[in-house]
Amino acid sequence: MTDMLTVLAPDGATKKGFEADLSDAELLHCYRTMLLVRSFDEICLKLQRAGRIGFSIPNLGIEATQVGAASALRKSDWIFPSYRDFGMALYHGIPAVEMMHNMFGNAEDSAKGRQMPVHFSFVEPIHFYSISSPIGTHLPHAVGAAHASKLRGEDTVHLVSFGDGGTSSLGFHSGMNFAAVWKSPVVFLCQNNGYAISCPSDHQTASDGYAVKAEAYGMPHATVDGNDLFAVRQAVLEAAERARRGEGPTLIEAVTFRMGGHSTSDDPTKYVPAELVEEWKQKDPVDRFRRFLERKGLLTPEQDEAMRADTLAEIDRAAKAAEATAAPGLETIFSDVFAEVPNHIRKQGEFLFDLSQRRGEADAGDGEFPL
Amino acid sequence: MANLTLIQAVNDGLRTVMKADDSVVVFGEDVGPKGGVFLATEGLTADFGDSRCFDTPLSEDGIIGTAVGMAMNGLRPVAEIQFQDFIFPAFDQIVSEAAKLRYRSGGQYTAPMVIRTPYGGGIRGGLYHSQSGEAYFAHTAGLKVVIPSTPHDAKGLLIASIQDPDPVLFMEPKALYRSVKGEVPEGEYTVDLSTLRTVRQGGDVTIYCYGAMVPVVERAAAQAAEQRGIECLVVDLRTLMPLDEEGVLEAAKQTGRVVVVHEAPRFCGYGAEISALIAEHCIEYMEAPVRRVTGFDTPFPNTLEHHYLPDDRRVLDAIESVYDF
Repeated sequence: MTDMLTVLAPDGATKKGFEADLSDAELLHCYRTMLLVRSFDEICLKLQRAGRIGFSIPNLGIEATQVGAASALRKSDWIFPSYRDFGMALYHGIPAVEMMHNMFGNAEDSAKGRQMPVHFSFVEPIHFYSISSPIGTHLPHAVGAAHASKLRGEDTVHLVSFGDGGTSSLGFHSGMNFAAVWKSPVVFLCQNNGYAISCPSDHQTASDGYAVKAEAYGMPHATVDGNDLFAVRQAVLEAAERARRGEGPTLIEAVTFRMGGHSTSDDPTKYVPAELVEEWKQKDPVDRFRRFLERKGLLTPEQDEAMRADTLAEIDRAAKAAEATAAPGLETIFSDVFAEVPNHIRKQGEFLFDLSQRRGEADAGDGEFPL
Repeated sequence: MANLTLIQAVNDGLRTVMKADDSVVVFGEDVGPKGGVFLATEGLTADFGDSRCFDTPLSEDGIIGTAVGMAMNGLRPVAEIQFQDFIFPAFDQIVSEAAKLRYRSGGQYTAPMVIRTPYGGGIRGGLYHSQSGEAYFAHTAGLKVVIPSTPHDAKGLLIASIQDPDPVLFMEPKALYRSVKGEVPEGEYTVDLSTLRTVRQGGDVTIYCYGAMVPVVERAAAQAAEQRGIECLVVDLRTLMPLDEEGVLEAAKQTGRVVVVHEAPRFCGYGAEISALIAEHCIEYMEAPVRRVTGFDTPFPNTLEHHYLPDDRRVLDAIESVYDF
């Protein structure tokens, strides 16, 4: 593989001459955000197993890529996330409870319970673009949004995140090509986590990694250790600066590993060799960053314990609050299809209200999600 | 005979043709070692080897485009699109290429291929794991559209589809994958690709349906008989293209009162075609306006999907309204 940028060793030591360009408080915020992601995963898994939510996407192993990338962005920048980018939202202060509202699909969910869990959409305090299940469709969106920013003379950077599988999509080709031709202020972040659901990277591409694909589009690229928060941050910072200077897009490949299933419905033991998981456990991104903080004297084991308990409690409170929130009203089926509800849809809504009066409400059933 | 679920019948159908015909290859996203996200292709790679059942890169356009190439050059590809909602990157390959190849080459090139894809709601899949897009495809000249509702038909229609000389979109009602079970003959058999199935006899109201709506309609028909003594003739269309037009008209004439049920949105939905056929060819037999029971003309919701999907309550409401007209 192409040279891979690594700053932080598994034992927490940093490369000679490296100075973190984050304050102590910011470093601790990065770490706490990664713990929040782990807590979010842990609680969502329990909720899903208990049948209280239908589905979740685990992030185990990917936390440093998410948080490192997010830390390189300003609040005025835009994030076009994949469905495995929880940490970017949490880093920028989107409250866990807002995300939990989506997991429960309740009346407070910004998507009004229309989307599956983990399909977040936020506009504050940072643009965290509405997630679509189809793969790679958001890459051209990021390029178009970036083009708009550029035309208005803003220095906004648009970061678009996708997995290794996403590089096979039509959106990858169109997005990369347009961005390079237009010199759009986009950072393409490919999270190479080893598997697209069950499909390993060597079945996904015959190229030497994913970053090199940028060359064909005339775009610079970098390959970084995705389990190294500093390496990801540095690459995204550099790419973002280039974009702000009007020098166009960059493709960054963050090499990481999905240590869990694709989703709570997936059994990765059917296709991921156990020794591979073991190998990657040794490179755990959260442990690595913790050791760095300990070496730096910013965190003691006791403080770490306290922080873990605190993040778990925060997510637990968020989950309880979301679970206690009512389901969306029937009218949400019919609103937002268009800016104004057209007559034929209005009539369908009226029919449903009338029917529910005459014949009672529909049964909720127990649909189970397989993917 | 074996008592199988619908998804086991699909797997059995694939195995049956793969054993009989070396040119049949099965591929798509996660269909190999994982056996597909619903396990429709479970064990096929292990039993037939990875040249017969294999994973592809994540590109629906690539899956269908390469299937067209394989089909024109002697293979019988059975491509899986993981969810019908994900088929749209391949829309061009299906609509412009597979469906038109025979016509544009004067029959020199053809695309005998099957696209298997789970469709429909009922699994809390939200906007992008629940859609019923049959109308887009039934509208496309040169493409057959098949939707089974029983394990028996799933196997027989699938084998017929794979053996068919033209491209077939085989839409599997994912809500029924494990919720229906039935007798399935062993070995090879086919179900004709243009014959509807009469599910229930009755002289008062005719109900047309297909796929996941069939059991819903059966429940409503039973309630109508029990509560009001209304006897419904229930018809499972099974193949939307080609449609058993004579069978459809005959069923309408038998009762003069018609309800069409599908979970796809109403506007330009398949029910509109059935309604138009009846209006054109047997309006003189009609005792009441045709009623459609369908999904709403909105995207597919998540939390409230049970309100979106037609249920026995809504079907019964329509049965009574045409009966009492």
